[in-house]
Amino acid sequence: MAAAPVSSLPNLKRKLTESRALTNYLLTIGAWVVAIIASVPLLSVLYMLIVKGGSRFSLDLFTELPPAGFEMGGGFGNAIVGTLVMVALASAISIPTGILAATFLAELGPNSKLATTARFLAKVLTGFPSILAGVFVYAAIVLAMGGYSALAGAIALSVLMLPTIILTAEEAMKMVPRKMKDAAIGMGCTRTQVIWKVVLPTGMPGILTGVMLAVSRVAGESAPLLFTALFSNYWLSSLSEPTASLSILIYNFSSMPFENQIELAWSASLVLVLIVLLFNVLSRLIGRPKI
Amino acid sequence: MPQNPFAHVDLSRSISRPPTKDVYLADRSYRAFAVAGIYVLLALVVYILWQIGGAAMPAVHDYHLGFLTSSAWNVQTGQFGILPQIWGTLYSSLFALMIGGFFGVTVAIFLTQNFLPPRLAVVFRTIIEMLAAIPSVVFGLWGIFVVIPAIRPVANWLHDVLGWIPFFSTSLSGPGMLPAALVLAIMILPTIAAISQDALHLVPYRTKEAAYGMGATRWEAILKVLVPAASGGIFSALVLGFGRALGETMALAMLIGNSNQITLSLFSPANTLASLLASNFPEAGAIEVQALMYAALVLLAITLIVNVLGIGILTMTTKRSAVK
Repeated sequence: MAAAPVSSLPNLKRKLTESRALTNYLLTIGAWVVAIIASVPLLSVLYMLIVKGGSRFSLDLFTELPPAGFEMGGGFGNAIVGTLVMVALASAISIPTGILAATFLAELGPNSKLATTARFLAKVLTGFPSILAGVFVYAAIVLAMGGYSALAGAIALSVLMLPTIILTAEEAMKMVPRKMKDAAIGMGCTRTQVIWKVVLPTGMPGILTGVMLAVSRVAGESAPLLFTALFSNYWLSSLSEPTASLSILIYNFSSMPFENQIELAWSASLVLVLIVLLFNVLSRLIGRPKI
Repeated sequence: MPQNPFAHVDLSRSISRPPTKDVYLADRSYRAFAVAGIYVLLALVVYILWQIGGAAMPAVHDYHLGFLTSSAWNVQTGQFGILPQIWGTLYSSLFALMIGGFFGVTVAIFLTQNFLPPRLAVVFRTIIEMLAAIPSVVFGLWGIFVVIPAIRPVANWLHDVLGWIPFFSTSLSGPGMLPAALVLAIMILPTIAAISQDALHLVPYRTKEAAYGMGATRWEAILKVLVPAASGGIFSALVLGFGRALGETMALAMLIGNSNQITLSLFSPANTLASLLASNFPEAGAIEVQALMYAALVLLAITLIVNVLGIGILTMTTKRSAVK
């Protein structure tokens, strides 16, 4: 076996004295620097959350009410409850609606004019400023019901969840293999039976991923809650009363001149980020392809 | 003698029976519900436009278009105008787009062009995606206590040395345009990076191979072949990032200083439409609420136009490359 005549090949390696090769080299270094700088903010935020937010971490945070003015101690139990209740209510509104709409987009009339319009509007709504959801609910519900409430806050959040759920659930259902649906139709199933027995169960991981993403997005929202749920210093007692949320607590406390409140704002941020990341990680775990 | 060979089969238990009345009814009603779900979405969009437009109408009648060109915001005298807010919104968003766009597109190239071993690329991609998961209000808090103290000495040095340039004409005392725009840039970076990555993935692998075959260096292939080929998608990523920056609220309300002035200076406080709404709405009286609704309508119009534009370009470019 004759060895390949290596020496007869031209040297393909470029020398750095060549200006093209030098540019290439410098741009690569530049890209590394840019990429590293881009990851600094996240690392810095996480560091601050753990150092500043973690230092106050105790059970009190979860069981006590926010302190007033010069008071020491305190917690934000009511804000955690408020956030969770409003996100749960918003999910209860937007998950069924979103999945129903998504089955139409994916299965019943994917190429109809109605579907194309709806898909486009859903995409436009994903870029809809969240504060305008608050303004809308203020005009539509707060003025009509005559006051700020947890319900209004939840509706504002559900407006923000709906398009995400519709679009991701549609994608998930489209991933269900054509042959599985054909087989079910061949067995004499109606469209609805195909959807309920084949498409929804098979697409469920993908649908849940979208739901978790939507939940994690709205759990951290504050702008739409500013004038729909407002804030409250007391425990949640009714859905038609102003309600505390973690994000509004952070916003309010961040501008206070008291050290105690600012420490609490950091701890609340830590809790909020943990809640958001929990749902984010869940969405990845559920959506990860099996096998 | 022809005997039915299936005589013993109970046809009513066979799988090939027509749907019963119940099944048929369930099918029809489920379809009706699904269509209703679609109409909820359509109605929601119309209702949003109707409600915000309706609530803004009295103010539109009172102030007409002068509202857009006046810079007064005086509750006592009932004079309202949002020129400084429109200016601040566009200025902060464009500035953030310049920084976030540069970083976002570079990161997208970095992640798609095999600069990193696959394992490390996943870690890095997760870091960038996690930026999108940090709530706006947490970025605001971080901006107040980390970004502002960090950039204050640099900003004030720039003001001392280069104060004659309009961008550096004031010193940075606390909240201001620069910290707000920096945080805004960080917040739109994941959006831009994600959509640009999709666009770069859509470029056929052979296009890149052909460039290498012509003897192009890696960056020549990227800058002269790949990026132009993906330019439609990258452009729409920038437009959608811009749209997101226009509507971003909490971080700006906490960092921009809420001051009604029009200035080129990066270090002086300013205001945006969204942060005007956030900071004035909760304590506004009836007349101010109407003016704020007008401001919301303007913000809605601007963001709708930008988003529709971005989505339109994205749909067009992905369709075209799908045909290829």
